[in-house]
Amino acid sequence: MLVNTTKGEMDDSLLEKREGVIDDDNERTSWVEYWLEGELVHRSVHVHLKKALVMGAEAAKIA
Amino acid sequence: MANTQSMCTSFMGELLTGTHNFTPSTGDTFKAALYLSSATLNASTTAYSSTGEVSGTNYSAGGILVTNATAPASTNASTTAGTAYWTPSASLTYTSVTLTTAFNCVLIYNFSKSNKAVSVHTFGDQTITAGTFTLTMPTNDTSNALLRLATT
Repeated sequence: MLVNTTKGEMDDSLLEKREGVIDDDNERTSWVEYWLEGELVHRSVHVHLKKALVMGAEAAKIA
Repeated sequence: MANTQSMCTSFMGELLTGTHNFTPSTGDTFKAALYLSSATLNASTTAYSSTGEVSGTNYSAGGILVTNATAPASTNASTTAGTAYWTPSASLTYTSVTLTTAFNCVLIYNFSKSNKAVSVHTFGDQTITAGTFTLTMPTNDTSNALLRLATT
């Protein structure tokens, strides 16, 4: 598979792949990195937002 | 200083004046801009500003368009309570970018209405190297939608 890197497109067989996931109340984030001889040449991130923002709404009682 | 996830207070007021129109196709155009972790976006943010915005390869100031193919919805939970809600209909995707300074925030704002701010959403610090940053939206329902207006 070809990977877009800081050095142009490269075959992933030439690169070291590192992946990780962070999962908490706010988000689920996965990332993938490709390294070439100790140099980071590609990093992509996928964040899945979990938390909604809520506005309150209230109709006051007319006394 | 830090970014704080919040509905923009000015946006709530502007809802009462009919400023924002989330109707797909015929409504307003919304955009999403990314901000550095060192920026200070919060409920007091009233409009898009390039101050504190990320910069880098293939990232244009102002961010990207928000896909809006799903109209806001509202559901009654009882005779006295209900929820109105809206979520962008597609992920926010910044393709082939390099953003080397840590960022942790996206601002949704109304491009059609003088860039008025809608909401601030935060996540863990990120950098991107010749890659893609994707923000997937929560499920568009009364419990999870990105923006919800609910009876208290």
